[in-house]
Amino acid sequence: MIRFSHVYKSYPNGALALKDLSFTANKGEFVFLTGHSGAGKSTILKLLYAEQQPTSGEARVSGYNVSTLKRDEVPKLRRRLGIVFQDFRLLEDRTAAENIAFALEVTGARRDTIAARVMRVLTQVGLSAKSRAYPRELSGGEQQRVAIARALVNDPAILIADEPTGNLDERATRGVFQLLRDINAGGTLVVMATHDLDLVRQAPYRIIELREGSLVYDSLADEPASEVGS
Amino acid sequence: MRLLTREALLSFRRAPLLSTLSVTTIAFSLFTLGLFGLVAINLRQALRGLEERVEIVAFVFRGTPAEAIAIATQDIAAFPEVGDVHFVSEEQALARARAELVEFRDAYRDLQVNPLPASIEVRMKEGYRDAATVERVADRLKGFSFVDDVRFGRDWIQRLDQLRNVTGLVGLVIGLAFAGVAVVIIGVTIRLTLLQRAREIAIMRLVGATNWFIRGPFLLEGALKGLFGGLLSLALCWAGWRLFRGGTGGPFTGLIFFRPDQMLVIVLFGILLGLGGSLVSVGRHLRNV
Repeated sequence: MIRFSHVYKSYPNGALALKDLSFTANKGEFVFLTGHSGAGKSTILKLLYAEQQPTSGEARVSGYNVSTLKRDEVPKLRRRLGIVFQDFRLLEDRTAAENIAFALEVTGARRDTIAARVMRVLTQVGLSAKSRAYPRELSGGEQQRVAIARALVNDPAILIADEPTGNLDERATRGVFQLLRDINAGGTLVVMATHDLDLVRQAPYRIIELREGSLVYDSLADEPASEVGS
Repeated sequence: MRLLTREALLSFRRAPLLSTLSVTTIAFSLFTLGLFGLVAINLRQALRGLEERVEIVAFVFRGTPAEAIAIATQDIAAFPEVGDVHFVSEEQALARARAELVEFRDAYRDLQVNPLPASIEVRMKEGYRDAATVERVADRLKGFSFVDDVRFGRDWIQRLDQLRNVTGLVGLVIGLAFAGVAVVIIGVTIRLTLLQRAREIAIMRLVGATNWFIRGPFLLEGALKGLFGGLLSLALCWAGWRLFRGGTGGPFTGLIFFRPDQMLVIVLFGILLGLGGSLVSVGRHLRNV
């Protein structure tokens, strides 16, 4: 599902964000990306959802080669991904249900299927009772659940989460993390960038640690593949 | 399509002040254009009255046989530029002079011999009343052997031409200038809307919306602003026209307003401007949002 081969990424100012990065991740895995700020976690995620392209090397995601992806093919790739951010990125003037429905509408989903699909994912994230609430009426944890529901509604093959618990208190963090584990248990590949080492230690998932753009530790290299993921 | 319309209309609700401002500015740009248009159509109406008087008179030698004149009159009537041909005999010319030139009535009464020649009066069709065409037809009339002299108001026909050209040119320049202003204004308001909705656009992209899907509502929004601006400008023009025309009996009661097809052109022009402004702005700024 994800295959990075000798990926380099440098920015116009000369900064090298990724150096010779190679790894693969398959269906059903849960991968933590860890490392200090500026280590390259967010750059990897941006390459995954084709916000940026590698300077050299090959990055393949869900059958698409991001290195050579044309602009008009980017939406096709993104429809196969779910993306969650630290700051939730919800539209403030729309209810929880409308925020989720929006993701279906922009991808041209059939109108008569939208309401049922929205309710399904809201139930999945435990917010069916708050479908009509606006983001400002929800707690941080609930807003992140809505964002996760929006990411799930198109049945993505890969869920990309960029510090999804960064803005949440401990209790909300546990709830959101458990939700991501449940999603992963259903077979979705989850790639989660995080600073939170306590969270990383809670589960026996694969850890990829980055330092100054280089991969310095991959827990999969020390463990048999069958023990990783579900 | 429903989503496209809903998103475009939502932008009016989300930013009512900005939308009102842009519709108003478009309306005032088109209003100025419309006012000039009103002046132009009224001027053209007045010119048409003058143009109808464009006439060529071919004076005929004395003693020309009536049959020759009758055949020539038919030939002249067949010219594509000619609308109407009228033969005036020597007697009719004298009668007309006596009736029209009252101050010379005594002089005409004492005449022993009629000094006025017969003539063929030629009126031009609409669209052929410019100086060059009139002169060309006059030259052809001179070619008839029985024609002594040909007269037409060369100077004032040329002036009419100049007036027509100048009004056309001024209209074009002012029209283009205001169209440019309207495009810039629409572009700026669309750009402000783009910046205001940058977050929403980013989310649309993240969930896999295509560029055309993102552009659609902005283009429709621009077209709608143009439509509303066009309609508002028409209302303003109508109010201005009513005010200027005044009550019955005033000097401007004859002023005309746009025909329905001309009104449609103004509204369509508004829509085109709106669409054009949005296209330019969205094309230039969307990639930076």
